[in-house]
Amino acid sequence: METILLFAPLVGAILCGFGYKYIGEKAAMWTATGMLFLSAFLSWISFVTFDGVTQHIEVLRWIESGSLSTSWGIRLDRLTTIMLIVITTVSSLVHLYSFGYMDKDPQWKEGESYKPRFFAYLSFFTFAMLMLVTSDNLVQMFFGWEGVGVASYLLIGFYYRKPTANAAAIKAFVVNRVGDFGFALGIFGLFFLTDSINFNDVFAAAPKLAETQLTFLWTEWNAANLLAFLLFVGAMGKSAQLFLHTWLPDAMEGPTPVSALIHAATMVTAGVFLVCRMSPLMEFAPEAMAFVTVVGASTAFFAATVGLVQTDIKRVIAYSTCSQLGYMFVAAGVGMYSAAMFHLLTHAFFKALLFLGAGSVINAMHHEQEMTEYGGLRKKIPFTYWSMMIGTLAITGVGIPLTHIGFAGFLSKDAIIESAYAGGSGYGFWLLVVAAAMTSFYSWRLMFLTFFGKARGDKHTHDHAHESPITMLIPLGVLSVGAVLAGMLWYGSFFGHADQVGKFYGIPVAEASAHGETSDHGEDAGHGEPAADDGHGEATAEGEHHYVFAGKPGEGGLYFGKDNTVLDDAHAAPVWVKVSPFIAMLGGLLMAIWFYIINPSLPGRLATAQKPLYLFFKNKWYFDELYNVIFVKPALAIGRFLWKRGDGGTIDGFLNGVAMGVVPFFTRLAGRAQTGFIFTYAFWMVLGIAALVTWMSIGGGAH
Amino acid sequence: MSVFAFYLFAISAITGGLFTVISRQPVHSVLWLILAFLSSAGLFVLLGAEFVAMLLVIVYVGAVMVLFLFVVMMLDVDFAELKAEMAKFMPLALLIGLVILMQLVMAYGAWDSAHGASELLANPITTEHHNTEALGLILYDQYFLLFQLAGLILLVAMIGAIVLTLRHRKDVKRQDILGQMFRDPAEAMELKDVKPGQGL
Amino acid sequence: MIQADLNVILPELILAVYAMIALLLAVYSTKDKMGPLLVWSTAGLMALLALWIAGSGSGNNVAFGGMFVDDGFSRFAKVTILLSAAAVLVMGQDYMARRGMLQFEYPLLVSLSVVGMMMMVSAGDLMSLYMGLELQSLALYVVASMRRDSVKSTEAGLKYFVLGALSSGLLLYGASLVYGFAGTTKFEGIIQVAQHGEVSVGLLFGIVFLISGMAFKVSAVPFHMWTPDVYEGAPTPVTAFFATAPKMAAMGLFARVMHDAFGNAVSDWSQIIALLSVASMFLGAVAAIGQTNIKRLMAYSSIAHMGFALMGLAAGTVFGVQAMLIYMAIYVTMNVGTFAFILMMEKDGKPVTDIASLNLYSRREPGKALAMLVLLFSLSGVPPMLGFFGKFYVLRAAYDAGLAWLAIAGVVASVIGAFYYLRIVYYMYFGEEGDELDRNSSPVLWGFLMASAAVMVLGIINMFGVEGAAAAAAATLVN
Repeated sequence: METILLFAPLVGAILCGFGYKYIGEKAAMWTATGMLFLSAFLSWISFVTFDGVTQHIEVLRWIESGSLSTSWGIRLDRLTTIMLIVITTVSSLVHLYSFGYMDKDPQWKEGESYKPRFFAYLSFFTFAMLMLVTSDNLVQMFFGWEGVGVASYLLIGFYYRKPTANAAAIKAFVVNRVGDFGFALGIFGLFFLTDSINFNDVFAAAPKLAETQLTFLWTEWNAANLLAFLLFVGAMGKSAQLFLHTWLPDAMEGPTPVSALIHAATMVTAGVFLVCRMSPLMEFAPEAMAFVTVVGASTAFFAATVGLVQTDIKRVIAYSTCSQLGYMFVAAGVGMYSAAMFHLLTHAFFKALLFLGAGSVINAMHHEQEMTEYGGLRKKIPFTYWSMMIGTLAITGVGIPLTHIGFAGFLSKDAIIESAYAGGSGYGFWLLVVAAAMTSFYSWRLMFLTFFGKARGDKHTHDHAHESPITMLIPLGVLSVGAVLAGMLWYGSFFGHADQVGKFYGIPVAEASAHGETSDHGEDAGHGEPAADDGHGEATAEGEHHYVFAGKPGEGGLYFGKDNTVLDDAHAAPVWVKVSPFIAMLGGLLMAIWFYIINPSLPGRLATAQKPLYLFFKNKWYFDELYNVIFVKPALAIGRFLWKRGDGGTIDGFLNGVAMGVVPFFTRLAGRAQTGFIFTYAFWMVLGIAALVTWMSIGGGAH
Repeated sequence: MSVFAFYLFAISAITGGLFTVISRQPVHSVLWLILAFLSSAGLFVLLGAEFVAMLLVIVYVGAVMVLFLFVVMMLDVDFAELKAEMAKFMPLALLIGLVILMQLVMAYGAWDSAHGASELLANPITTEHHNTEALGLILYDQYFLLFQLAGLILLVAMIGAIVLTLRHRKDVKRQDILGQMFRDPAEAMELKDVKPGQGL
Repeated sequence: MIQADLNVILPELILAVYAMIALLLAVYSTKDKMGPLLVWSTAGLMALLALWIAGSGSGNNVAFGGMFVDDGFSRFAKVTILLSAAAVLVMGQDYMARRGMLQFEYPLLVSLSVVGMMMMVSAGDLMSLYMGLELQSLALYVVASMRRDSVKSTEAGLKYFVLGALSSGLLLYGASLVYGFAGTTKFEGIIQVAQHGEVSVGLLFGIVFLISGMAFKVSAVPFHMWTPDVYEGAPTPVTAFFATAPKMAAMGLFARVMHDAFGNAVSDWSQIIALLSVASMFLGAVAAIGQTNIKRLMAYSSIAHMGFALMGLAAGTVFGVQAMLIYMAIYVTMNVGTFAFILMMEKDGKPVTDIASLNLYSRREPGKALAMLVLLFSLSGVPPMLGFFGKFYVLRAAYDAGLAWLAIAGVVASVIGAFYYLRIVYYMYFGEEGDELDRNSSPVLWGFLMASAAVMVLGIINMFGVEGAAAAAAATLVN
């Protein structure tokens, strides 16, 4: 079944992309979408019926080279199934949405066929992403990694007639490349040290790696730390974390369904997935984990500040994505991988919802993306309005504090913030709280600017604003349901007590009580290492069963190290910590109401008053300009030099010199030697003999 | 005595060869060459190969040199011009020639025959037969193949000469001997009775 | 004794007797009108002899007291020589007949030359070597000047004759030095005394002179200077003959002398041949670039190819000789096809040899142009044509014998030389519009051209068993 759901999108992509000439555009599009829905259906079945035991399904033999022996296989554990439902659900909904959104696109003339290509690319992307998450070895994962990069390039640059789209596609690919290089180095290092690229082998070797030293760049590093760091560099690139984030806003050049699928729910979360998948290794690399936390928190903060002042509706949501990814990394960095996965799941729903909603708004406003042209649209497009309202409620984290009732983002974001506190990262905790406030502010800002107030833009467009077709509204509805319920439904599985989480992920848990008795619960009988008698568990009330994570690295979907008590610490966090995100959210909401409902001229005046700061945020902290000066211009200069002087001058010059200079010279010489006089010929013969004889007498084997 | 004869013949052979090359008149060259051959014949006699000596005189001098003389007479070759051309190359040619000469002298100086060579060289045949008879014995026996091949080579030479030079002249009447011999007198003539004043 | 000897030498005997009888017949009957008939019958006889030798020969037979050796090597060489001579005879018949050159002596001279060639490759003695060589050369001198009214042809014959005489003199001098050293002219005797480490200066000089004489026949540099003029001046069918059978014979002779007589002193002479090889390859590659006459171009091409074949010989191993034999067989086939094409080049009934006249030949005759393309690619050594594999064999042989520098030089020369072959292809397919050549519809020529091209393409499958035959032949020679 897993094999079918893995290859169905590929089949759909091929049939749609190459077969639309034979079966017609509509049939091609429905084929691709149908395949995706089949995949989604099968992945939900897989998710619901998963019993916690990690499965390996071999697809075919792949590499047999020296000591490297890998097959193409599927590793099916809880982590995989979570990602499967996320990817396939969002992708199938996006396919459906694209029926309406991509209809009558102004970029193409009448009669040009572009829709099948789009659907084929979407399906191909889905296949690559599925390949990434189902892989059971690093190289296969890298294949999926690169595949989604390619698909992203194709889709961002889908409007290939726009130069900005082409530039954005290249930028995405190149920046991702930097991350991929780190990832590749990590893979090489892992293979070098463990002689295998299978996850099972790598995970089993993780504890040993923590005690090995590795020489890299003329310095000695702790192997686990170095490799975890390198793998995280890959995640930084793919998930647009700070320093490798510059491609994400520009990626909005692609059509909105692309942004929803790739840059909200799936591709950008591949980095988070990588870190969680490599949790057995990460748990043994504390310095790398600290780095992850710092980067994640900084990204969350940075992106939120930039999102405050953007005017393109898609860019606001893009920076919001960047920020939320930072959240996920903070959670992973402190060791609470399941909270990161929880937020990934909920974020997929509400971010995709927001993007598709924004797409609906754009479609209604005749492809206008600037929020300065919007205003008062809630009467014109009510369904879209309510969907986006649900999405905003979810992302800002509206819920009843200290309970488990609330919209999806409430539960998952709070889980992260509590974990950040519990993990001991003050930097992470405070930045995340501030970022939560800013998130709330800009999300409500978007709602108010778009749907409330007076209509600001072109009158004609506003008059003709209409609701989107049903193919676009169904996905919005489905995602809204998810945004509301996802948090509450799965809170226990992701962030509940250790035994719930352990059961969900298939991690054996051990019971620890103050009496030092241990008993093993869990799926893998006999393998779990009993959590020590040394009382790792926190002080608990007598008689209460308290579980900690046990099990070797590689068992189950995630691995929690022996010292990893963040889950329990988070539950035991003080009340003010648990309430802080809610306070932050309220603060942001009130500020937004003040700025945009009560006193609409305030933003403008504040901007003029604080012009440097405003411009600093609006220009994305000048990262693009900085990179342009440091990297882009020198690279172009080197390239130009190597092209003109290296290739043109040296290589071509050498070949041309030989072919058109040296050889014809000898030809002329030979031509002149052929005089036609018989004496000359005889003379050459005698000369030849003289030479040979002389040589023989000097060098020959004679006495 | 034989030593004196050897030196006499050797010096005249060398002078003959030298003057063949450097003399201005072509006919003189041929005559000098004839002297060289005669001297070589004398050297062969000294070696005891009287048949080869006679061969040299009869064939080489008698046939080949006569042929050379004919050719020199009939062809209008400007020897002076040819010699002038050669003079351009003379310095370099002399140098190369000297080099080769030195090498060869070195080779002969350090000449070292193989172990069994001298036995093989010494007496290929017994001394019962004289020279001519001995040559005849082995030429038609051991070296029969070479003999036949030599014959084929001469055949080719003959064919070649005819192929290259024979032209049938169409404007010359020739005798058709066979036709003449087998002429039938009865059919060669026909008597016709002609009335006077009327013609045929 | 004589009966047994005659049995061994039967093919040569038959051919020679046939030549003499045919001569008499033709002289006393219709003379030149018998020309075409004689051509076909000679070719037929040669083909029959080739089949007979290939089919029935076995073992190692020595005749006439060691003068004549009939072993696997000589059989391989003889079959190649006979088949190529037959092919060339038949190809040239129409061309010569139309120009009034077909004298009845032509096929007879060719057959006598072939007798000489067969003697050469079967030589077991310095003297029979020389005899065979002279017989072959003399017939070739005559045939080169067969077009009596052409100055160029006469010049070609004369130059060939004079320089050939010089080389024969050098060869004889070398032979005399070797005889002086060894005391015998038989190869079996020489090989016993010419052991490595015991080779004196005199013997070495003798070997050098011997090699020079043979290198002239093979047109290796610097003894190659007669080749362009003679190829250009001689009538084209004769040039075709020059490029095929005598080269095979000379190479066979080379291998025979070097291995049968001096096989125990390989390291002493392999350097000389390596030098000759490298010089030939480079000169053949470089000098042909400026050529506009296709026959001169083929002359330089043959110099280059002989350089490659010498590379196999320079290796001095069994595999080297095998590689050389394979290379020669492929070379001969390629040249037969190429010259078939050249024989078809004429304008208004007159033959043309200008390469530029092939402009856009592919438009008029796509089939022939394609066949020529295949042959040219094969000549320059482009895979998957058979010519590449020939080169591959010799390169491997050289490399295996430790002459890596020679192999590299060969590759470089091959690359440089590919230019002029491909330039012909360029003219045929992309040239400018110009006067067009006549459409020649001779079935014989067309047949040979297509057959040769087909062999180039199909031969890569199994080379028609030539590989095995060559290996066996080499094994009998080098022990």
